[in-house]
Amino acid sequence: MRFLIAALIGLLVSFPLQARVFNPQSFTLENGMQVVLIPNTRVPVVKHMVWYRVGSADEPAGKSGIAHFFEHLMFKGTPSIPAGEFSRIVAKNGGRDNAFTSYDYTAYFQTVAKDRLELVMKMEADRMTHLSLTKEVIEPERLVILEERRQRTDNDPSAQLREQIDTVQYMNHPYRIPVIGWAHEIENLSLKDLRDFYKQWYAPNNAVLVVEGDVTMEELRPLAEKYYGVIPRGPDIIRQRPSEPPAHADRRVIKKDPRVRQASLQRSYLAPSYGDDKTDTKAPYALQILQQIMSGSATSRLYQSLVVDQKLAVSAGMSYSPTRLDVSELTFWASPQQGVSPDKLEKALIKEIDLLIEKGVAQDEVLRAQKSLINDAVFARDNLGTGAQVFGSTLAIGMTIDKTENWPDDIKSISRDDVNRALRSVLANKHTVTGILMAAEKGEKQ
Amino acid sequence: MIRFIVLAAIILLNVPAYALAPVQKVISQNGIEAWLIEDHTNPIVSLHFGFEGGSAQDPVGKEGLARLASATMDEGAGEWNSQSFQARLNDLSITLRFEASMDRFGGHVLTLRENLEPALEMLNQALLAPRFEKDAIERIRAQILAELRQREEDPDTIAALNLYQSIFADHPYARGSKGTIEGVQNITQADLHNFVQTRLNRRDLKIGVSGDITATELKTLLDKTFAALPEKTENRPVSDAVLHLDNELSIIQKPVPQSSILFVQEGVERHDEDFYAAYVLNYILGGGGFSSRLTEEVREKRGLVYSVYSYLAGYQHADLWIVGAGTQNARVKETLDVVRAEWKKAATQGVSAEEVRDAKTFLTGSFALRFNSSDNIAAILLGMQMDKLPIDFLEQRNKQVEAVTPEDVNRVAKTLLTPDKLKAVVVGQPEGL
Repeated sequence: MRFLIAALIGLLVSFPLQARVFNPQSFTLENGMQVVLIPNTRVPVVKHMVWYRVGSADEPAGKSGIAHFFEHLMFKGTPSIPAGEFSRIVAKNGGRDNAFTSYDYTAYFQTVAKDRLELVMKMEADRMTHLSLTKEVIEPERLVILEERRQRTDNDPSAQLREQIDTVQYMNHPYRIPVIGWAHEIENLSLKDLRDFYKQWYAPNNAVLVVEGDVTMEELRPLAEKYYGVIPRGPDIIRQRPSEPPAHADRRVIKKDPRVRQASLQRSYLAPSYGDDKTDTKAPYALQILQQIMSGSATSRLYQSLVVDQKLAVSAGMSYSPTRLDVSELTFWASPQQGVSPDKLEKALIKEIDLLIEKGVAQDEVLRAQKSLINDAVFARDNLGTGAQVFGSTLAIGMTIDKTENWPDDIKSISRDDVNRALRSVLANKHTVTGILMAAEKGEKQ
Repeated sequence: MIRFIVLAAIILLNVPAYALAPVQKVISQNGIEAWLIEDHTNPIVSLHFGFEGGSAQDPVGKEGLARLASATMDEGAGEWNSQSFQARLNDLSITLRFEASMDRFGGHVLTLRENLEPALEMLNQALLAPRFEKDAIERIRAQILAELRQREEDPDTIAALNLYQSIFADHPYARGSKGTIEGVQNITQADLHNFVQTRLNRRDLKIGVSGDITATELKTLLDKTFAALPEKTENRPVSDAVLHLDNELSIIQKPVPQSSILFVQEGVERHDEDFYAAYVLNYILGGGGFSSRLTEEVREKRGLVYSVYSYLAGYQHADLWIVGAGTQNARVKETLDVVRAEWKKAATQGVSAEEVRDAKTFLTGSFALRFNSSDNIAAILLGMQMDKLPIDFLEQRNKQVEAVTPEDVNRVAKTLLTPDKLKAVVVGQPEGL
């Protein structure tokens, strides 16, 4: 998150994809680093990304924020590239670069003219194992990250509420901790902590190279071998994380804040993901169809009922992202019309959820949602970079290229029964997590 | 305000002739003109259109009229009511949106090639026969009001509105481009119908198209979509703004841990002969991300901010140069001092030849990166026309950047930068000021 937000990435990866459209090619280097090429020849430009299979949910206890802090430090130089020069060199060559961290992965990328691909590959490979970390570079960066936290979270009451909700949604899994980390732990991360983190996670066998753009495999393969292929394989990596126990109570998180002028509420449930679909491998696809039915447009169910018909809300919808290594969540949300209490809107929302559990979705709703999702795949391929994002994020959580390729077929294969089974399994007889954001009067406890 | 920045960034880019098809000027039988880049890679068409004149033309007391119209025109038109209109868009996977900014009212259509005709038919109906049903107006009005209310607590928005109010005073730009709560409450159904009838006309219309369509096909569709618009209408003229600039600092107290900071001085007109020199200078100062002086001094060396930036904000009737930053309340003074010192240093000592060279290699080398989707290409073609740039701009633009010398940049730094007239606003609980 050197400049990007995790939420934005979530949006990008929820873009559908169609492998027969993206036509990815792939091979694996001897040191275990997977290489993926997505051809796109509209302009002589390439997007070069390296994804590491490490994110904030892999951090040691008490060291929250280290994955993201470390991401910032990857720009702080190696023996051959002085601190701060990485981005300058990319810019001098007419390119743009950045990086981002999420729960399950960390990615670094540059967009450059195709004749500069070798240059950025050389620099990216260099910092995989040759980073120079010193006290002098980490201290100003720590302050930058604390400012980033203030800007993203502490200055925004709705972001503060989301952070609090996660801590009760996940009772034991590290998804309960914000990607950026807790301020008091960021303040205490040591040079040794950061060096240990680098040593443990940054190695070719824990990385995926994704290149999208105007380049062929004949051109890419020798470059990948020359720069990434020579890096020694690191120790085998096991991602072991605490898992969620069953919940025994409903949870409510209420934030009252004088900075709030528009109330909002949400109700969320744990849900299967691509990485955690043991009970029902169709569920992540069925729930994407459900999302389209409930929330995809101005004619979707929740908007239609709560905003258009009942006039209780100014907005309403449901969000779900399947791209997680472990358990994901499914969230209903709405903001009340002026004069409507959050309590009244909550009752109406619960009624919609109960109706959904009882009656399920209709056959024609499923068919329309499927058509819409599959059409979206055509738009996704029109944008240079979307393919790299999709394949990088899914490979980083352990999906195969084939599985990602087959997304349209998997969406097509879902029946009405599959959707109803999946939604009931997520929603029926479950303890819920409710979050409410509302205005506080002056002097009222926040 | 935000939309403008995107536009400014987009129009300053170029494309190599060898990568994309040339820009074609397509003129329909009825004289509707569009600029087109054909691209048959994907079965997709994107069309962006814009009318000169935006929210700055909203009548006094009806601030937000263009915005409310933009959000309600796709809520039913012609034979379709709100729900059937939206359902048809959804079923055919058509994106159709209207947008209002300070100087422009426009929108775009993104569709699969196979649904292009119905997509443009719906655009035609939304432009010529929007229903503006009471129910839809009230629903959209409530959404805009909800957003405007929340914006009243957002430190960045408060800072920008305060700055605009003080520098533009009586000029319509002082109101911002998003509307006001009172203004949006005052708008009637008749106002919306009147807006469409009096503001949308062929004389003020510009169109950019990219994707899987030929010039011949486009000609026919241009007439079907736009020919029935009136030739011209009486727009409310907006005068050029007189900027009220000084060196003052305003502080607005808000209970937030991080203060929002904005500075403003006069900018430079898009067609000024020094525009590109100023553009290069801005890149060096604060436009160039991690390569900029402000990022180096404020973020990298001192850890004062997560983000610090500058940009040239060009409106039709005013040109601004804006600097933004956010820092914890305890370090606001230091941040203000460093930014002011950098501004002064650039004005008195100029920049180095190396900095100018690096800026130019980025600005010319990154030209192709923006042409990464049909939608972006169509938006660029529209932006060129709205900014009155020539049709061969994509071939000329890099030459104009190349032509900038270090002497040009340093002359501009001396004449344009006004470190003694750099107005600032801070929103938060700054200490020590």
